[in-house]
Amino acid sequence: MQFQSQVLTNAEVSPGYFRMRMTAPPSVLEAAAGQFVMVKVSRAIDPLLRRPFGIYDMGTFITPYTDCGQQTFLEILYKVVGRGTGMLADLHQGDHLDIIAPLGKGFCPGEAEEEKILVGGGVGLAPLYLLAKELVKGHKVRLFAGGRSKEDVLCITEFERLGVETYVATDDGTLGDRGLVTQVMMKHLASDNKPKRLFACGPFPMLRAVAGIAEEMQVPCQVSLEAFMACGMGACLGCVVKGVNHSVETPDYRCVCKDGPVFDSTDLSWD
Amino acid sequence: MTRPDMTVEIAGIKMRNPVMTASGTFGYGEEFAEYMDLESIGAMITKGLSLKPKAGNNTPRIVETPGGMLNAIGLQNVGIEAFIAKKLPFLRGVNTPVIVNLYGNSLEEYGELAARIDGINEVAGVEVNISCPNVKQGGIVFGTDPDAARQVVELVRRSTTKPLIVKLSPNVTDIVSMAKACVDAGAEALSLINTLTGMAIDLNSRRPVLANITGGLSGPAIKPVALRMVWQVAKAVKVPIIGIGGIMNATDALEFILAGATAVQVGTANFLTPAASQKIARGMENWLAENRIGSLQELVGGLKS
Repeated sequence: MQFQSQVLTNAEVSPGYFRMRMTAPPSVLEAAAGQFVMVKVSRAIDPLLRRPFGIYDMGTFITPYTDCGQQTFLEILYKVVGRGTGMLADLHQGDHLDIIAPLGKGFCPGEAEEEKILVGGGVGLAPLYLLAKELVKGHKVRLFAGGRSKEDVLCITEFERLGVETYVATDDGTLGDRGLVTQVMMKHLASDNKPKRLFACGPFPMLRAVAGIAEEMQVPCQVSLEAFMACGMGACLGCVVKGVNHSVETPDYRCVCKDGPVFDSTDLSWD
Repeated sequence: MTRPDMTVEIAGIKMRNPVMTASGTFGYGEEFAEYMDLESIGAMITKGLSLKPKAGNNTPRIVETPGGMLNAIGLQNVGIEAFIAKKLPFLRGVNTPVIVNLYGNSLEEYGELAARIDGINEVAGVEVNISCPNVKQGGIVFGTDPDAARQVVELVRRSTTKPLIVKLSPNVTDIVSMAKACVDAGAEALSLINTLTGMAIDLNSRRPVLANITGGLSGPAIKPVALRMVWQVAKAVKVPIIGIGGIMNATDALEFILAGATAVQVGTANFLTPAASQKIARGMENWLAENRIGSLQELVGGLKS
C-alpha cells in the first residue's frame, strides 16, 4: 500500500543513527516483523529512488486529531550513509513522506518450545526489535548485538525493557566483549542442548557467519538481508541474491524484496 | 461535457489510452495488480523474454545517479516457455493488451521467438528488443548497425503475423537511419528510446559500482535526449512512434506527444510509484479536458515552431 505520512519524531539515538516515527494507516499494523517500508525522502526527482528500511516498531497512540481518537505509527531505525538518508535525517515533525508498506516476507516465529536467539549488527537490530516484541509473549528471548564500537550498538535498553536478555560485543571492546558477536553467540549455543532458533539481521559477512554456525550446530536460522533495490516489489530485479540451487545453467536468483528480505539460511548460497 | 477521446491504435493494437508500461519495469503485470487497476492503461509490455531462461548479471545491478538510475540486470527472465505457462494465465484475465518484448542471442533466436509467440492468442503484439545494452553477446550489434537491425526485423516480420514494434537504442550516432532501416524491414511502429549506456565509479574502492561495469541510464535524466530523438524520428518515418524516456507525469507524457509520439511508455516511474502509469493516463485526459481538446490524436506532433 502506498500512503502519505507525516514525521512525528526523528531523533539521533547514537552518532549517525536515527530513529524516526511517522504516521501510518491502521492497516499497517498487519505487518509482520521483518517486513520493510520503501520511503521517498523528497518529492524532487533527485534523489530519485525510494529507500528501504526494516520496520523497527509500530503501534497506536491516543490523539484528539483523528476521528477514531487513535493514530497508527511506524518507526524505522537508520544510519546516515549517503544523500538520501542524510536528507531523511534533516526532516522534522510535520514533514511529509511518501511510503509504500508493508513489503516483503517477514520472520516465522517457529515452534513454541524453542529458545529464540536474535543476532544483530548495527541497524540490523531494527527488524529484530519488532520481532522481539512478538516473541517475548511466550518465549525466552536472547539478543546478541554487535558493532564496530559502542556507538554502533543501538537500542539495547529497549530490548531489555521487553525482558530480552542481551549480550553485546564490539570490535574495539568499547562495549561488552571485544570481538565478534557471532563468537559470543556460538558459545551460548554450545552451552546446552535445549531447542533453539536463530534470527539474524546485519552486514552480509555477519549473516554468513551466523548461517555457517547454524548449519554446523543444526539450529534452524532465518536471516534478513539488505540490498540495493529500485522498486521493492519484485519488478526491477536489482536486489537479487543467489539461491542454494544457483548455477549458470539453472539460475536460482531470489529477490530480496519479494522472496525475502527474510530467508531461511539454508535457502541461500553463501559462497 | 464529454471526456476527451484517449483511444489509440498502434500497428492494429487498439488501446483505451496511449500509456503503456515499459519492458523490464513492470514485471509480468501481476506484481502491480494490488497497487493499480491494470485495466486503466493502454497496454502492458512484458519483461524482455529470451528463448531460454536467463540468469542475468551479477550484483550490484543497479545504482542511483543524479535524476536517474543505471541498471545492468542482464535480461534476467523466465524464458518464453515459462512465460506462456506461468505468467500468461494471469494476464489472460486482464482486459488490456499484452505486448511481449523479445530478445534473441542470435538472429535465429529472434526468428524462433517470434514464431513461438505467433500462435498465442492472448499476445496482442511483439516489441523486438534489438538494443539491450547490458548483455555482452548479440544485442548491441543489432541495435547499432542498420543492416543488422534490418536482418532481425525482416526475420521477425516473416516469422509472425503479430503487430510488430521495434525498440530502438539511443546509443547510436544517427537514430534516424536506424529508424528508417527498421521501418523498411517491416516494423509497424517504433518505440524509443531504450536506456543510454553509462557507468558509475566508486572513488573509495576505485572500482565501477556495477558488476557489469556499464549499465543503462533511465529516469528523468534522459528525458531531453529522448524527446529530441522522438522528434527527429517522427519527422523521418510514417509509422507511429511510442515515446519512452524519463516520463514521470502527465506533463512529460504530453511533451512526447507534441514531439510526435502517438503513445508513450512509462518505465522507471513504475519503480517509484507503482500506479504511475494509471495516474499519468488520467492526468493526460484531465489536461486535454481542461484545454478543451477533444481527442489526444489532435495533439500528436503538434509542436509549434
